[in-house]
Amino acid sequence: MTAQSLSNPASDLKVAATDPDPRDRGGPQQPMLLVQDLKKHFPIKGGLLGRAHAHVRAVDGISFDVRKGETLGIVGESGCGKSTAARLLIRLIEPDAGSVILDGEPVALGMGLTVREMRRQMQMVFQDSYASLNPRLTIEDSITFGLKANGFSKVESAMRARSMLRLVGLVPEMFAQRYPHELSGGQRQRVNIARALALGPRVLILDEAVSALDKSVEAQVLNLLQDLKQRLQLTYIFISHDLNVVQYISDRVLVMYLGKVIEIGPVDRIYSSPLHPYTRGLLSSRLSMDPRKRVAKAPLSGDPPNPIDPPSGCRFRTRCPITETVCAQREPQASTASEGHSVACHAHTPGSGHSLAAARA
Amino acid sequence: MQERAVQTRTITQTTPLVDVENLAVRFVSRDLDISVVNGVTFQLHQGQVLCLLGESGSGKSVTMRALMRLFPPTARIGGRINIDGIDIPALPESGLRKIRGRLISMVFQEPMTAFDPVFTIGSQIAESVSYHDGVSFRDGHKRALELLELVQVPSAKRRLDAYPHELSGGLRQRAMIALALACRPKLLLADEPTTALDATVQIQILLLLRELQSELGMATIFVTHDLGVACEVADNVAVMYAGRFVESGTVADVMDSPKHPYTEGLLRSTVHAGTRGERLDPIPGAPPDLAELPPGCAFAPRCSYVQPVCLEGQPANVDVGGKHMARCIRAASAGAANALAG
Repeated sequence: MTAQSLSNPASDLKVAATDPDPRDRGGPQQPMLLVQDLKKHFPIKGGLLGRAHAHVRAVDGISFDVRKGETLGIVGESGCGKSTAARLLIRLIEPDAGSVILDGEPVALGMGLTVREMRRQMQMVFQDSYASLNPRLTIEDSITFGLKANGFSKVESAMRARSMLRLVGLVPEMFAQRYPHELSGGQRQRVNIARALALGPRVLILDEAVSALDKSVEAQVLNLLQDLKQRLQLTYIFISHDLNVVQYISDRVLVMYLGKVIEIGPVDRIYSSPLHPYTRGLLSSRLSMDPRKRVAKAPLSGDPPNPIDPPSGCRFRTRCPITETVCAQREPQASTASEGHSVACHAHTPGSGHSLAAARA
Repeated sequence: MQERAVQTRTITQTTPLVDVENLAVRFVSRDLDISVVNGVTFQLHQGQVLCLLGESGSGKSVTMRALMRLFPPTARIGGRINIDGIDIPALPESGLRKIRGRLISMVFQEPMTAFDPVFTIGSQIAESVSYHDGVSFRDGHKRALELLELVQVPSAKRRLDAYPHELSGGLRQRAMIALALACRPKLLLADEPTTALDATVQIQILLLLRELQSELGMATIFVTHDLGVACEVADNVAVMYAGRFVESGTVADVMDSPKHPYTEGLLRSTVHAGTRGERLDPIPGAPPDLAELPPGCAFAPRCSYVQPVCLEGQPANVDVGGKHMARCIRAASAGAANALAG
């Protein structure tokens, strides 16, 4: 891809929903992202020689796909590896193993796409809107920085930056020359979205992008994200610990626990009939929003265990209400429960040796 | 401890434990003069739980901190604060040490920064106990163990010797609560105590606080931006906007029939299961600049029911029935209609 294919910002912004996307390479059936066995272990170094004596298994072999035009929600507790997974996808950190295939083309494997090419198609918005902007650059300079680095001329970049600001609902005449500290949290997050969209990406990774905002502002940004998705035919990976927001925005939901994918499926299926005991506990930990129906008993006890030395077998077994001996012995593999809904739990795997699995069969 | 709770309860049926009238807090320095709290009045009885709800900058945390004067020297407090018969604004600095921890204590949002990282959990709790109760450090340690058991820390004995960084977020917050309860305060302040926690841990901590509160019978003020948290723990809620209570009442009244357009908007823009697939209806605009508050209703610029009279002066705080108060001219006219009908 060269700067040429992006040189006309106006036409890029007006893709009608019915037209085939000219950027599409693999056809509509090809998943936008295919992630296979992605792994990242962070070494913990210590001692006199600074050798690694333990590893934090932040992401421990995850596989999933993201379909074109969908929003995939990723949920899980802090430390479950959801943010590390996002950073691996966009190569802010190098994975130890595994592959990422973007619309049929492998990323950074010597063939297919280079990291630079991948980042033109995939961009990220972070949680902390202030920390992710350079405090010494004006809003306009922050947005044009990436454009110039990708071969746009000064004039072109400035024009495009202004049309981006307009797109996210900020009047360029008022905001382009301001510095990040002169904006409110919601406005700064809009700038971050504008910057992420400046190169015309197809995939946006939103890592807790609305979590730091107040509720009324959060709703404004969620509406904006929905509008942009439709107008620009975007695919979202939406990471959040807020289960209500994930339910609102996602088409499919992926649940992570200690570096593993434990359940993935359509949002309605996951929220109405979750299969994994962790998903069930997580969902019933939501607050009731009704003072007459207060939660009487905490659905899960304790905190997630340390990812440095995760439990053997199934990682959830230390907090699981239905754990049996097989759970400590073998790690459960993902098994399909129904169309598009898969779960990694011995109780839902036929022939696993778990009494509940036998009962179901 | 049980005995004591019952005792205080019977005494304080009539006189409120906390009596705040027309509280105003300004932060003044050479190039800054911001009124963060602009006339807050409320009462709290022993054993009650009040939730201050609001977005960032609404003055909810500052209101709470005013109760124990936890402020930098630039703060100017106006109005009256009376807690258990003590005139808080008039106390000298040395007097503050006596009431902090003993009469009023606080659970902070981030236990990692609230604890001292170089001392163990046990010694920090013991220090507080021995300072306020005048007992030996050894006895303080014993009390620390009791407290950790009270807040349901598993293998409490071992955790006494743990440093704050060695505990998980949930356990750290439990230890923070133990520290806050160390001297049996009559008033517990909790500043977003579960915001930094995961959903599965948040509900555990909320249930723990609810349990301890009813067991020990202390009055509690919770600051939160989360309506769900208020629903779980509060008896009464007060919704704050630009340093004022815009609506207050029992949690059920406020959630069922919000009377102030801001509360209404807040409820409407909160995402929940029923909103899937719908377009959200957020409150337009942004909160006001506290340095330049308008003379009229601070919410008027964002309000869809705004009328010319809203811009002229502060709307009165009117009772719309059953101590459900709202500071809005629409509530005032509805209240008047009610009074006529009644």
